[in-house]
This record gives sequence, C-alpha cells and structure tokens, in this order.
Amino acid sequence: MLEAAFHGGRRYWLLLAGWAVLIGIGAVAYSRQLTLGLTVTGMSRDVSWGLYIAQFTFLVGVAASAVMVVLPYYLHNYKAFGKTVILGEFLAVSAVLMCMMFIFVDMGQPMRILNVFLHPTPNSVMFWDSMVLFGYLILNLVIGTVTFDAERKGAPPARWVRPLIYLSIPWAVSIHTVTAFLYAGLVARPFWMTAILAPRFLASAFSSGPALLILLALILRRTTRFDVGEQAIQKLAVIVTYAMAINLFFVVVELFTGLYGNMPEHLDTFRYLYAGLDGHAALVPWMWTNAILTLTCVTLLMIPRVRARDGLLAAVAVGVIGAVWIEKGMGLVVGGFIPSTLGQVTEYTPTATEVAITVAVYAVGFMVLTVLCRIVVNVREQLEAA
Amino acid sequence: MSNHKESDGNTSRRRFLKEAGAAVVGLSWGLPVLSAGCRAAAQESSAKVPGKQWAMVVDMEKCRREGVRQAAIEACDRAHNIPHIPDSDDEVKWVWTTEFQHAFPEDVHERTPAAQREAPVLVMCNHCTDPACVKVCPTKATWKRESDGIVMIDMHRCIGCRYCMAACPYGARSFNWRDPRPYVETDANGDYYSDYPTRARGVVEKCDFCAERLRDGQLPACVEAVAKVAGGAGALTFGDVTDADSAVSRLLRERETIVRRPELGTGPNVYYIV
Repeated sequence: MLEAAFHGGRRYWLLLAGWAVLIGIGAVAYSRQLTLGLTVTGMSRDVSWGLYIAQFTFLVGVAASAVMVVLPYYLHNYKAFGKTVILGEFLAVSAVLMCMMFIFVDMGQPMRILNVFLHPTPNSVMFWDSMVLFGYLILNLVIGTVTFDAERKGAPPARWVRPLIYLSIPWAVSIHTVTAFLYAGLVARPFWMTAILAPRFLASAFSSGPALLILLALILRRTTRFDVGEQAIQKLAVIVTYAMAINLFFVVVELFTGLYGNMPEHLDTFRYLYAGLDGHAALVPWMWTNAILTLTCVTLLMIPRVRARDGLLAAVAVGVIGAVWIEKGMGLVVGGFIPSTLGQVTEYTPTATEVAITVAVYAVGFMVLTVLCRIVVNVREQLEAA
Repeated sequence: MSNHKESDGNTSRRRFLKEAGAAVVGLSWGLPVLSAGCRAAAQESSAKVPGKQWAMVVDMEKCRREGVRQAAIEACDRAHNIPHIPDSDDEVKWVWTTEFQHAFPEDVHERTPAAQREAPVLVMCNHCTDPACVKVCPTKATWKRESDGIVMIDMHRCIGCRYCMAACPYGARSFNWRDPRPYVETDANGDYYSDYPTRARGVVEKCDFCAERLRDGQLPACVEAVAKVAGGAGALTFGDVTDADSAVSRLLRERETIVRRPELGTGPNVYYIV
C-alpha cells in the first residue's frame, strides 16, 4: 500500500517540495536554537511557555476530533462517513505527530526525552499525556492502515481491529482531557484552574478538527477524484456548528464567573487579554478578532444556505480554525502566565526563529498528511476503477 | 506495479515490521506503565521514617535594609555560581528582592500605604511540604528529600520542559535559556567563586537550601552572610521546624509570622516575621 505514495502528478511532488523547503528553513532555525538555547525564542522567566506549547495544545484537539467521525460510523453505522473515517484517522496521525514534535522542540534538553519513559511518574500529568498521546498515535496508525488495507483488498478488516476502534473513542476524549488536566491542576494559575477547562478543550477541539476535515475534503474534491460525499461534508458542518456554539457558551460562562464576581485574581488575565493590564495590551487586538470571528462563524454556520455552499463553508471553516487557534494558543497558554505568580506583567512575542521552527513542524505534519492522503486517493481510484 | 511478489518478500517483511512495531509499542508503552504501577503499589508498603524539615524564618523588618538583602543575594550567587544575565527575560535568580504586594498579594488592600505596599521582601524557594513542582515533574528530576524536606533538582535528569515553572506559585524557579557560564561572576584570578557545579543551558534551577553546605555542617550561605553585616543579625534564621527546641520553632511560637499564599495548600516552609 505504501508504494501508492510514489504515484502522483506534478502538483503532488511540487507540494512535497514546498513542505521540504519549509522544513529545511526550520531545520536551520532549530540548529540555532540547539546551539544558543531557548533564549532565541520570545519566552522568558515569567512566560515560560509560548508558541510551541500553544501549537501542541491546539493540535491535540485536532487529533482528538477524529472521534467525531469514528463514533457515528462505527458505533451508530452512519454510512455516509464511510469515506471520511480514514481521512479523520490520518489527520489524527498527522496531528499527534506534530504534537510530539512541538513538545520536542520546546524542551531545553531534548536529548534526554527518554527520561520520561525511563523514570515514569504517575503523579505527573505530563507523564500520562506522553503515554496517551503515544498510544493514540499507534492506535490510529494501526486502525487506519488495517481497515484501509482491508478495504483495498475488498475484504472485511480483521476482527481484532474492532475492539481497537471502540477503544479509540474514549481514548480520543482522554488525550484532550489529560492535556486539559496539565493546565487545570495548577494551583499557581487561577486562569487555568477551572473545572470547565477540559469541556472547553473538547468543545473547541470538536469545532476546529472537523473544520479542518471539511477543508481537507473540499481540497481533495477539487484536486483529485476523491469525494467523501456531500452528505458527509454537510454532517461535518453541522458538527462544527454545534461544537462552536457550545464552545461559545462555555466562554460566556467563564466570562460571567470572572466578571460578575469581580475577584481580582480571576479578572486580571481577562483584563490583560481584552483591555490590557498595566499598560501592556499586545494580545488585545488578537482576542477581539477572536471574539468577532467566533460570533460571525457561529452565526453563519447556523444558516443552512451558508453550509450548503462550498466556498462559503470553506471560508467559515478557516474562520473557525483561526478563532480556536487564537483562543487556545495565545489566549489560553500565554494568558495563563500573565500576570505572573508575583502579579507582574511580562509580555510575550514569538521571534522569527521560533516562527520558522513552528512552520517547519507544521510542514512535517502536512507532508505526512499529503503522503497519507495520496495513498488514500490512489487506492480509492483503483478500487473505483475496478 | 501490481505484480510484485506479494506472496514471499512482502509478507515476511510486513510481518517483521508488524512484529517489530508491536514490540516497540509494547515495551515503550507497557514498561513505563507497568513499572509505574509496581512503584505505586510498593509505596503503600514501605514504612516512612519521619525526617526533619529544614525551614527558614525571615525577619521582614531587618531585611528591609538594603545591605542585609544584598549580602544574602551576593553570598548565594557566589556560593552557587549563579549567572548574572543582563536581559531580565533570561535572568536566573535563587533569592531576590520583591515588593511586599507581590510576595503577599492577599495582605494588601486599596488603602495600604505605598511604603508598606512596596516594602522590599526577600523571597526564595519555600521548600513546600506539598510542593506543586514535585507533583508535576514528569521525570522526578525534582523531588522532595525525605530525610530533610529539601526540594532538590537533579540537573542531569531535567529535560527542560519547564512544567515545574508553570506549577510553582512563588516564581521560585529559573530556566537556563542560554549557556550560563559566560555570565558567572569570577574573582580577581578569573576563577569561579565556588566549586558548586555550573549548569548547562536547558535545565531548571532554584534555591536548594545549600544542601551541599548542610552536608558539611554549615549554615546556608545567605544565613551566614547576613549575620556579618550591620543590622543583619537574626535577619535569617535556619533550622529544623520539626524540632520543637530549634531556633526556628521558638521564633514561630514567639513571634507573629505569615507565609506566602497559604490558601493554595502547598505548605511553604519559609516563614516571615511581620
């Protein structure tokens, strides 16, 4: 099945070359970071996590969202998702790979990564996060390749895959819940220490993941003969609508708790994000863009005629992904560090090196996704020709 | 492409890959989880011998003197080869001065006068009884020593994930964003002031209650230094808080003391005389 990855047109190879160029630039940037240390990033003693961990948090959500197609198809026999499931699973593989790479480039001593496996620490949520992420990667790789290979051969998949598929459903929820627990268990960070963080993560994940899946399906429909079907795309759009609405509701709930009670500790970060604090307001334009984007996208998504039109749907999907990216990445991760535990404000701006490395990690993930999609498209075309 | 040898070469190579993959997954996922489970089970049965708990009492009034605080900070910096990095984003500090309102945010109100609000306070790692940093470290590179309660860091195991820095409510931990060695103060001969090992970039560090000095029967560098400056006698008191006769225990009984952020439940062991 892997040999299908080598059969592609000019556009396919050009795309791979494009990813390779971005990876090359990032590799140079990363070698600079390895040599000089993480000082080349915009992180500081006060804001000790930044762009890398923000991407990790966002992408864990995308990875978890595969469950939104797996659950209806395998648990409820929703046949319309027949062609979409493999896309969801391969998107999850690509996303988890990127997650792991973002953790790796964020580490001060990446060569010591095996210490996490050599010295397991059950009280540390980060230990569990690495275990469940790794497990999820293997799970989706195995399920994806086994089921798709079986389809290629025209036979039902092996029986032992079924329990793995059922396992992947709670596992998907768990990877993002555990990631939320990374943040929600810290007494030092009142902005993060809220029970609703895990539900918020899941709601935003189930908005951004399926939105990405919609984009992927639309792109494949445009550039190849692979079409997941209009019903599948429409169902995904409905999922994004509900998830985004629930996400918005959760944000409102959080705002009420913070603003009505008026407790300084709970308010300070909100004030920094939406109005500025102590003269620092770098994130304010981003957060208001996010607010407007979220409201606009939720409203548009509720109109069936918007969802029915490819161009509009694609635009709204981009908007949803952008909104969640801002909210989870900058809003949540950076916001948690401002103000610091001593009540001081140190702002964070990513550096060019940091951005180059980030883009390169995305390029690796998208390269893997491109190859996997190539395989899916080729095999499907062979099946349909037969 | 469709008539390659599906029957011989591919299936055995496939089987090898599958079995190798399964072995890798099984070992790398199964071993840590299994050993973590065994360790957790074993901990129930081991008897805990109560050790001491080193604690510090800071006399805030005496530490208002600049000279006293400077002596403490300089002694610490020199005893541990702590780098002086000009960019505050990358700074490394084990003991430093902050304002009262930053150290004790719950103890100021709208009408607290500026002199009180901005009064200088010496802060450092609190070597908490239930440290948040130890709870989150994924490799146990930081741990609380059972014998004396010091929260230690193994600089060789630390992977530099900085989760502990996110978890510490007191901002006590510093990360080596760059190689610290060029920024460590040297004496007239160009030697480091102390034999304490310098760190590499990419690891986290913090006050260790001078564990290496305690081992030799000495007091922490800051405690010893403040006693030598004017007005510094008794500014910092160090001792075993589980020993009812120690100097720190007596001070805690006789004087009014507070700790930083008690509502968080971390149980800090640095006490401040108001």
